Amino acid sequence: MSKNSTSIAGSGPGSGTGDYFTPYPDEVLENVLENVLVFLKTRRDRNAVSLVCKSWYRAEAYTRSDLFIGNCYAVSPQRVLNRFKRIRSVSLKGKPRFADFSLVPADWGAHFTPWASAMASGYRALEKIYLKRMSVTDDDLAMIAHSFANLKELVLVCCDGFGTGGLSVIVSQCRNLRVLELNEDEVSDDEIDWISCFPSEGTSNLESLCFDCVECAINFDALERLVARSPLLKKLRLNRYVSIGQLYRLTLRAPQLTHLGTGSFGQFEGDNQELDSRASFAACKSVVCLSGFREIAPEYLPMIYPVCANLTSLNLSYANINAEQLKPVIRQCHKLQVFWALDSIGDEGLEAVADTCKDLRELRIFPLNPSENAEGLVSEVGLLAISIGCRKLESILYFCQRMTNAAVVAMSENCPNIIVFRLCIIGRYRPDRITGQPMDEGFGAIVKNCKKLTRLAISGLLTDQAFSYIGQYGKLVRTLSVAFNGDSDTGLKYILEGCVSLQKLEIRDSPFGDMGLQSGLHHFYNMRFVWLSSCRVTRQGCLDIATRLPKLVVEVFRRDEEEGGERDDFVETLYMYRSLDGPRADAPQFVKIL
Amino acid sequence: METEGFGLEITELRLGLPSGGGGERNEKTRMFLDIVGDGSDRNNEMAVGWPPVCSYRKRTITKLYVKVSMDGAPFLRKIDINSFRGYSDFVMALENLFGLGDTSEYTPIYEDKDGDWMLVGDVPWR
Repeated sequence: MSKNSTSIAGSGPGSGTGDYFTPYPDEVLENVLENVLVFLKTRRDRNAVSLVCKSWYRAEAYTRSDLFIGNCYAVSPQRVLNRFKRIRSVSLKGKPRFADFSLVPADWGAHFTPWASAMASGYRALEKIYLKRMSVTDDDLAMIAHSFANLKELVLVCCDGFGTGGLSVIVSQCRNLRVLELNEDEVSDDEIDWISCFPSEGTSNLESLCFDCVECAINFDALERLVARSPLLKKLRLNRYVSIGQLYRLTLRAPQLTHLGTGSFGQFEGDNQELDSRASFAACKSVVCLSGFREIAPEYLPMIYPVCANLTSLNLSYANINAEQLKPVIRQCHKLQVFWALDSIGDEGLEAVADTCKDLRELRIFPLNPSENAEGLVSEVGLLAISIGCRKLESILYFCQRMTNAAVVAMSENCPNIIVFRLCIIGRYRPDRITGQPMDEGFGAIVKNCKKLTRLAISGLLTDQAFSYIGQYGKLVRTLSVAFNGDSDTGLKYILEGCVSLQKLEIRDSPFGDMGLQSGLHHFYNMRFVWLSSCRVTRQGCLDIATRLPKLVVEVFRRDEEEGGERDDFVETLYMYRSLDGPRADAPQFVKIL
Repeated sequence: METEGFGLEITELRLGLPSGGGGERNEKTRMFLDIVGDGSDRNNEMAVGWPPVCSYRKRTITKLYVKVSMDGAPFLRKIDINSFRGYSDFVMALENLFGLGDTSEYTPIYEDKDGDWMLVGDVPWR
């Protein structure tokens, strides 16, 4: 057989003996690999591929198009740009979750600017940006608008630092924008009519426009014209400055909507949009997801009856309605999979949900009055009813004043598919309402019986026994939230030694100290972050960790921004995370990095 | 409310406003704020950020009504302080409520739990 049967001009390093000779075997292999890798989408698969060998690492880096960075300080923008050259979509997360509860000072960090500048030069073909808990300025938004001509999607969740001025630049310059979603952001009112800044000529490609969190009035006529010329618009979430009459007009313009955020769902004074008593959402045959109801006038609820039968998701969590007002609606929602509401619906409302929504996967009940002295509107009765009626439940967030172990145990047995279990007994240190026992057995049953559990938030009176259960059975738990629980360091030890999959640990106001923290030395490099606030860790204890684990960034600070980070003998807040690029350069004065 | 205001002039804390400068006379009209709502909240030591309802939601859902009276105004008004993000928003809303033009004529003050009249603005907004 001819040795040169596949030869090409020029010679390369012949790497193999054998019958078939190709001059650049490595390159061929890489080409093949790249063509195969294009099909790999998940981060886990791609990370696995990149570890095989250098050649695979390069091929993977060349073909990755979706970038996900769970902690913006884990890696520098430059390092990312050096490794991945062809990114089309970026997801970045910044501040720790406890920032949502005012536990992180405003100037702590998570600035988007360095990322914006780096990507502006390196990823000019970027199409999608997703940011969560980042500080984004109007200048950042301007940079995005000017740098990424192909930008199709911008999604900002729990971000702050920008205003309607920045939005106006985005919507006027990003000609390929299809998705603009603002979710629970803090948006300043710069008194700019940003809705009018969308290009006014021709058909728009807009598919999704969500601005329910923008707390300022908008130009309704401009919005109506925009909606009228957006035939592809599927998701529209209005803010509370849109009245129900205006909403109705919009639904007539956009019958193709699948996701609708209703805005205020109420009348405004002097509103000359008289609503026909027969008016309803009958035009919206495709709506499957309904939210909004920011200032609900409950007498208008019958308007949504025509869409109830098709709904898979209903968010009434800003609507103060009672069981009697809920029942006629929920009774028609047979296909509902996601339901968010206020506890104003009471146990009776939950029973109605349990009766009808047999397909329910996700339930969130928020407190109307988030105070420890409030009257409990929902209790173990509602939880039990849900567990009996909604066997397919996967995710639950439940705020209540009191709870019993029996109800929690029942849920663990009736709903074995639970992946996320977050129970918040608002009264701190409250035991089982009926037996007076700690809530250990309830949470123990959850970790034991719900074999797919990956996220857990605990509350109520808990001893180290609860932590023992979590460590013993919570082998898949990746996120754990602890607040005002536990007896001693042993509790923390159980967690850190037992929960082998733990990625995110957030603890506040619990008696855990240096000894407990030490038990996690073997695991901290595998985690995204650890947060301990108002616990019993000392500065020396944190310093020990920092010394033993040099790649860990150990931040210590006080909420009131006093320097040093300590309150009395203990560190007020410890926030630590691994980083490939050392401590961040943008830490403010009050953050001490050990 | 009006007579109370005059009677307390002596014990009232007066600080010059940055814009108004010092040496303002008694002609400055005062606004009185009296927190109405669940009185028991003020006695308990409320933990920051508890319960874990995110601040966006807390602002939107919780209504904390404050009674506001103004020297010379015949009626008292109520305003939900939870719907504001900071002092400047709040003060602007007060101006709108009472139809005021120029801020520097008015000093917002409030009575704290010890019964002292305090100038609005010293304590961090949260």
